Amino acid sequence: MSVVFDEKIHQTLDDSKLQLAIYTATGRLMEKRREAVAAGILPDYQELRTQANDLKKHTIENLDYYLEQFEANVTAHGGKVVYCKDATEVADFVLSLARERGAGLIVKSKSMTTEEVDLNERLEHHHLESVETDLGEYILQLAHERPYHIVAPALHKTRYQVADLFTEKLGVPNETVIEKQTMIARGVLRQKFLAADIGISGANFLVADSGAVVLVENEGNARLTTSAPKIHVAVAGLEKMIPRAQDLAVFLKLLGRSATGQELTVYTSFLSGPRRGEEIDGPDEFYVVLLDNGRTRLLADRDKRQSLYCIRCGACLNHCPVYRKIGGHSFPWVYSGPIGAIITPQFLGVTHEPGLPFASSLCGACAEVCPVKIDIPQVLLDLRSEVKKTEAREGHGKLERLAFRIWAWIMRHPGIYEMLGAMAASVAPPAENAGWLRDVPAAFNLPPVRAWLSQRDLPPPPARSFRQMWRRR
Amino acid sequence: MAEVLERIGYEVDFPEAQTCCGQPAFNTGYRAEAREVARHFLGVFRDAEYVVVPSGSCTSMITHHFAELFPKEPDMLAAAHALETRVWEFSKFLLEVAKVDDVGARLEEVVTFHDSCHALRELGIKQGPRRLLSHVQGLELREMDIPEECCGFGGTFSVKFPGISGGMARTKLDSIVRSGARAVVALDASCLMQIQGALSRAGLPIRTLHLAEVLASR
Amino acid sequence: MSRENILHKVRTALGRSAGQAPAPPPAARLRLPEMDADARVNSLMAKVAALAGKTRRVDSPQAARDYVAALLDGRRTVASNAPFLAECGITALAGVRSGISAREDLRQACASADLGVTCADYALADTGTLVMLSSREEARLISLLPPVHVAVVPQARILTGLDELFTLLPRPAEQTSSMVLITGPSRTADIEQILVRGVHGPGEIHVVVVG
Repeated sequence: MSVVFDEKIHQTLDDSKLQLAIYTATGRLMEKRREAVAAGILPDYQELRTQANDLKKHTIENLDYYLEQFEANVTAHGGKVVYCKDATEVADFVLSLARERGAGLIVKSKSMTTEEVDLNERLEHHHLESVETDLGEYILQLAHERPYHIVAPALHKTRYQVADLFTEKLGVPNETVIEKQTMIARGVLRQKFLAADIGISGANFLVADSGAVVLVENEGNARLTTSAPKIHVAVAGLEKMIPRAQDLAVFLKLLGRSATGQELTVYTSFLSGPRRGEEIDGPDEFYVVLLDNGRTRLLADRDKRQSLYCIRCGACLNHCPVYRKIGGHSFPWVYSGPIGAIITPQFLGVTHEPGLPFASSLCGACAEVCPVKIDIPQVLLDLRSEVKKTEAREGHGKLERLAFRIWAWIMRHPGIYEMLGAMAASVAPPAENAGWLRDVPAAFNLPPVRAWLSQRDLPPPPARSFRQMWRRR
Repeated sequence: MAEVLERIGYEVDFPEAQTCCGQPAFNTGYRAEAREVARHFLGVFRDAEYVVVPSGSCTSMITHHFAELFPKEPDMLAAAHALETRVWEFSKFLLEVAKVDDVGARLEEVVTFHDSCHALRELGIKQGPRRLLSHVQGLELREMDIPEECCGFGGTFSVKFPGISGGMARTKLDSIVRSGARAVVALDASCLMQIQGALSRAGLPIRTLHLAEVLASR
Repeated sequence: MSRENILHKVRTALGRSAGQAPAPPPAARLRLPEMDADARVNSLMAKVAALAGKTRRVDSPQAARDYVAALLDGRRTVASNAPFLAECGITALAGVRSGISAREDLRQACASADLGVTCADYALADTGTLVMLSSREEARLISLLPPVHVAVVPQARILTGLDELFTLLPRPAEQTSSMVLITGPSRTADIEQILVRGVHGPGEIHVVVVG
């Protein structure tokens, strides 16, 4: 793995306060999910997961059809679809729109896709004010940090850190009561909503048969972002598509429960265009930006394209014992946790962070809770194989490969295997004296061995191996 | 394990040519090397009526992943599929094939049971071992509050990410201590080794036992 | 811009050709439970209450007006143009501004109002949800900007849940540019996972069921 990855992991492991914050927050979300999908509460849970997987599989495998259907419906309702191949095209589109309309202030609701394309940075570079309106994202924007978690972006921040941040950036007196901090943010952001020229949102779902964008939230900032300004731009990855409005009866039952244990989030908006006819309020212009940014490459891989089924609930993060130790900022890209571990190598290349697919014990807790049944451990295994093939091609990792070659050879020669076992038994101290092998035998004094032995002990080779005992019967 | 199986009336053979299922190589991304080891395994056990395995992760390697290793070899693929139905994790074999839940074991001890990940999630094993333990005379089972959380071993994961692996072991350890048990029982020796390492380093007098050891106790 | 390029890449990745019909989709899954009118009302009210919303069932439009009047207590209120509200006499109460059809007027009224009163197109019994479709009768901001939202809902509009909603309304986009499902007061737990209500949307909601 890269030095950066290693360092970030250790930094987080060594920070006991942060460890507690991560563990508590994810533990709470796990508990809430468990209550919400319990057999007595949601007896159809497993059936819904299967249906959701079927729907996503079908949509992804016929994506071109649904993209065109979506576009036709958006257009029919007075909106416009804009296809963007990468981050630059998204930014260029927003910038040119802002220029044409003389827009200076943008409000944004939470969108991992806009994080993916660094939209705020690009807009700010061109002197547009783009304000995050989700409380957690607003805090992060002030702090110039990335989200820590898909659903709870400021999970790592204490109220004291927030108080200092607000004082520093907003010039308000230091306020550590959380409810009051929230009201401070509400006051600031309310003004922004009412003055903004453009509202940019993400999309939890794109509905093909309706030309609609679905947004789920608890605060109301997405509703305000998409209802107050005169222009609404929704930015979404191609893979957010679902075929029909009716399919929301499946997805909405899974999303809230999997994410936070809520049957439904406080607000679910189904937006299909600029205000029409005699509607009193709503935007005059409606754009849906459909982003590729590498998704078409993932689509081509039959086994791994299931990675695109993700509905961004965050359940895999909450249940991952590795995420719960290393947190969101240890991951190299905006997407963290198990889903981040499988899509990052696919988007950025396996060599971007070759250690990433290996940072997992393959426990499978993620796959167990994924509402759309992505087989994350299987994709990790596939990626590990790809990393090793790439390393072989590029001439790295020769020692490890040699070690496994030798290992495999021994495993195919049981006589040798047994002989080595007997040799180890003969040089090891007698079992009664040794306890377990704790110190590093000189011949094996390599960093990985030392590190491994620092946490656990090798059982001492028994005086008589199982084979020897078996033969004596 | 052999002792328990013989006690309940099975004829046990231990083909000495056996070595490994290949999982360490497979999990580390070395498919070609794993394939060769799997090939050897399939040869060794080709004629076995049942193959009983004292490990959830080895069992699931054979039943869930062997087939993936031979996409271009129809004969090996067929052999892998044929073997899948005859390979059994030990506790599952006792309950579902032997149809026995009391093997006449006796052990005076307070234990807690750790659900090994592959056994739990790939083989669906949860209540089985608990049922077997409930029939061990003198044994008291106390559940820990996070029995299903990974111990942190993960094969080469523990080598590549020792800090995280150790952290996960300590979390598990805290839960074991809270349970008040004096021993931890599991289906996989690798989990037990991981947990034992954390226990020893914390200086705790709690021991680790494989389910087979418990069931063999008289 | 990149439209043709991206669609082409999608097709190539999937092995599909332009204009090729899709495989048939999985059947839509809609289950409609049996639930009589009283059961629906009780479930709706229980769910709203569990979310810290306030509820009241009244038997007539007049009773609705009386209840809402006490709630408003003369405070600055914006009411939507829903005919049912006028029918109840709510739009005529002291302090209530209604009949607004200009966007700018509406926004200013909502920004300075203490309460927003609306009807609801539907309500969902199993989750305690209000369903609001934007129209000339129901503006979006009335249930969003003021810190208190009061929804007056005729009992007959209560559906069992999402499945029934999407059975009755399979294509919401044909009716409106905005359909919003409202389930409880606005909330966040972004700071230390501590729950705070009324972040951007209303922190207080009242659901009055009529009939």
